[in-house]
Amino acid sequence: MSSTEHRTEPDTAAPPRDTPSQHVAYHPSAREYIRVGLLLVALTSIEVMLSYSSLTGVKLIASLFLCTIIKFVLVVGYFMHLKFDNGRFSRVFALGAIGAFTLYAVVLLMFGVWRTS
Amino acid sequence: MATVTVTPQRGILRRPMATTGWWSWFTTVDHKKIGIMYGISSFLFFVLGGVEALLIRSQLAKPSNTLLNADQYNQIFTMHGLTMIFLFVMPMSAAFFNYLIPLMIGARDVAFPRLNALSFWVFLLGALFLNSSWFLGGAPDGGWFGYAPLSTTDPGNGMTFYALGLIITGVASTVGAINLAITVINMRAPGMSLFRMPPFVWMGLVVQFLLAFSLPIITVALFELLFDRRWDTAFFDPTRGGEPLLWQHMFWLFGHPEVYILILPAFGIFSEILPVFAKKPLFGYQFVVFSGIAIGFIGFGVWVHHMFAAGLGPVANTAFGISTAIIAVPTGVKIFNWMGTLYGGDLHLDPPMLFAIGGIAMFVVGGLSGVTHSIVPSDYQQTDTYYIVAHFHYVLFGGAIFAFFAAFYYWWPKVFGRMLPQRWGKVQFWILLIGFNLTFAPMHILGLGGMIRREYTYPASLGLTIWNQMASVGAFTIALSVLLFIILVIRTQLKPAGLENDDPWDARTVEWMTASPPPPYNFEEIPTVHSLDEFWHRKYAEDETGRLVRVPAGASGEEHPSAGGHSIHLPSPSFWPIVVSLGFPILGYGVLYSWWLVAAGAVVIVVGLTGWALEPSVAD
Amino acid sequence: MAADVHSEIEYTSTGLRSTKLAMWLFLASECLLFGGLITAYVLYRGQSTSGPYPQDVFDIGYTSVSSFVLLASSLTMVLSHNAALARDYARMRLWLLATAMLGLCFVGGQVFEFTSFFREGLTIHTNLFGSTFFLLTGFHGVHVTVGILMLLMLVAFSFRGSLSDEPAFPVEMVGLYWHFVDIVWIVIFTVVYLIPAPAPHGAV
Repeated sequence: MSSTEHRTEPDTAAPPRDTPSQHVAYHPSAREYIRVGLLLVALTSIEVMLSYSSLTGVKLIASLFLCTIIKFVLVVGYFMHLKFDNGRFSRVFALGAIGAFTLYAVVLLMFGVWRTS
Repeated sequence: MATVTVTPQRGILRRPMATTGWWSWFTTVDHKKIGIMYGISSFLFFVLGGVEALLIRSQLAKPSNTLLNADQYNQIFTMHGLTMIFLFVMPMSAAFFNYLIPLMIGARDVAFPRLNALSFWVFLLGALFLNSSWFLGGAPDGGWFGYAPLSTTDPGNGMTFYALGLIITGVASTVGAINLAITVINMRAPGMSLFRMPPFVWMGLVVQFLLAFSLPIITVALFELLFDRRWDTAFFDPTRGGEPLLWQHMFWLFGHPEVYILILPAFGIFSEILPVFAKKPLFGYQFVVFSGIAIGFIGFGVWVHHMFAAGLGPVANTAFGISTAIIAVPTGVKIFNWMGTLYGGDLHLDPPMLFAIGGIAMFVVGGLSGVTHSIVPSDYQQTDTYYIVAHFHYVLFGGAIFAFFAAFYYWWPKVFGRMLPQRWGKVQFWILLIGFNLTFAPMHILGLGGMIRREYTYPASLGLTIWNQMASVGAFTIALSVLLFIILVIRTQLKPAGLENDDPWDARTVEWMTASPPPPYNFEEIPTVHSLDEFWHRKYAEDETGRLVRVPAGASGEEHPSAGGHSIHLPSPSFWPIVVSLGFPILGYGVLYSWWLVAAGAVVIVVGLTGWALEPSVAD
Repeated sequence: MAADVHSEIEYTSTGLRSTKLAMWLFLASECLLFGGLITAYVLYRGQSTSGPYPQDVFDIGYTSVSSFVLLASSLTMVLSHNAALARDYARMRLWLLATAMLGLCFVGGQVFEFTSFFREGLTIHTNLFGSTFFLLTGFHGVHVTVGILMLLMLVAFSFRGSLSDEPAFPVEMVGLYWHFVDIVWIVIFTVVYLIPAPAPHGAV
């Protein structure tokens, strides 16, 4: 597998009128992507092992969610490139992701969902 | 004069090239044409919704009336609500956003012109699909809010049409929202920073985000409703553990931002018109902008106020009562800014201004009744009565529809190169104002007097007949005003286009800098923007005493069309959007009647999208 | 999917590409869609009035293989984009096909899982568990299928020579969609499969 390393300047503010909008962000190499992939595999394995372990209740859910969140952030940050891209993309996505989480958490709260689990 | 090239492309079939002629409207990707199509369609649905309203008011003109039976009445009031909200106000706002936003920001079109066409055709076909229910077993009859488990168990196909119809129109609105949001964010003329944008564009931006984030929520709910009805799932079935309350939460999580989607365009319209007809800049522009953003955010935090009587308990009710009271604040900020704009201004009471001021006044009445709803114990009395009907008609009709009329009179010369009759326009305004108040003011009394909503008749012993009669007379007065408007429009359009002045109102914003109507490419040269109210500052400077002095033509630094011109590449027409959009009603009928149609609809969409993808968006 | 490279609309107010901004806004709105479906599942967990219940039908070992498959497909997706950036279009197509194949394995695995559930008496209308489970995973599966179609179209267009003057861009856009579908699965796998279901309704 060829290792293609691109290192160029990160996105700056709006370029002058004549230049077409270029994608001038840092790109991880294939090796880095594979490392992230292995990390994802490891985390998923941990999750599966946790589910088979003797942990229960809040401890189990918290540890599972921790792994899930790390995987989420890894994919969004590296594979979806948000870590290296302009902040606007992250803000738009965060608005939706955090907004969704908050709204639905309030709905579940009103149903007293935490009483049952 | 700039030359425009629209060249044919490689693709599976030959690309349509015509930009004139009636066939060109089916393949257009020009935001102006699309805006006009949205405008005409939504106005026709306004009339349809109005006829439904007249049927309601005719039935309620007398106690124990027998004009409509209960079943018919349920269909009529449900469709009245659905039509007015989804098939009139929302697409009419889309009409104005589509036509005006690119012009106001100095762009040649929206970010994704073919997607724009798709939004329109999917909307139109979805609207026709929903209305086809009248002929296919009966229209939806469970109210526009479709509460489960009535909506899930209601026999017949009506509520299935409801779910499918709203899913389809929801797709149209979501696609349009993404398109317009990116247009505002990314297609502004050089120098037009966000805080030099007209307030109408700002309100537009907030609305697109509200749409993008609230529509998916109701989409989920509608699918759950659809599946409960069609495939016997248990989402809202209490006998199997389902929670009807979940429907209410999901519906109002969308439904509340929806009302801000309905009113923010009106706020934008008021903010454009008042300064022009008061010859003063908008008072507190930044406050108007920030309060619009605040309304957008807080609008997601008040939905339970539609459910105060649902038994959620004192903690939820209190929290949302407080948030509801809080959201009145940014709206109040806008009202004061509008008053500040008028104060000390050189007021010209032309029809746009009359409708704008009238609209603001009517909205304030509705806003005040709205504040009374936020007091939970008070709402226990008001909820499900005509007091609520009064409230939302004052804010929606008084606010949004008056704003639309103001916008018609104001932008008609820009769009059509003709002026609507001014004297008759004022007459139309007064008839509407009187008719509107005659219809809805008595409803406050009806509500507090105990008349319940959504009931096809009432007994004479209620003692409220006189107020019902007033409301019915008022409704027909409104109809008279709308009829007058239609006549004025027809008479105006029959005359040839030709304005003496491309800027008849001596306006302030960039869309007035180009011809009326604009050429297909909008601007000869994209203007460079130096300030808010760019056009005003190009026309006028202030002398030492602070008085306005007209800048001589040519000295203002206006850009002139370059001799010979460079060629302007416009996005080319395309038939793929309309092809793809046809797949949606086919899918819908398929869900109702046949899996083969579902497959056919899916194939149409996939083939259409593939053809679309193969077709370059812009001519080489 | 031709990028508007030659249009006059090349200049943008933010210096960012409109299609990319649009894709991120679309994905943000999809968070609300899947959030709603997941919420229904979580709300109704343990509320079914009759079986089968999750513990009766779930096979965590089997489903975790599906999870690994989808994760792998995200990796092959970024490798395809890397190849496109390096203008190695043969390699790009290879990795795109790999991604599509892995996606098909995932969908195939879902289909197999669902049919085994049907045989055990769990369908979408059996109970709340069936309804919420199949609607959520069904929506996700449809999204994956659409993604596979887009991947195959990228490959086909690339062979045809009509994949824009800058293939890395449409590949990146489809990639964003694909990774999103993957992260939704990351959440579903934990919330639906790994977090243990409460005891059946009415049981001790």
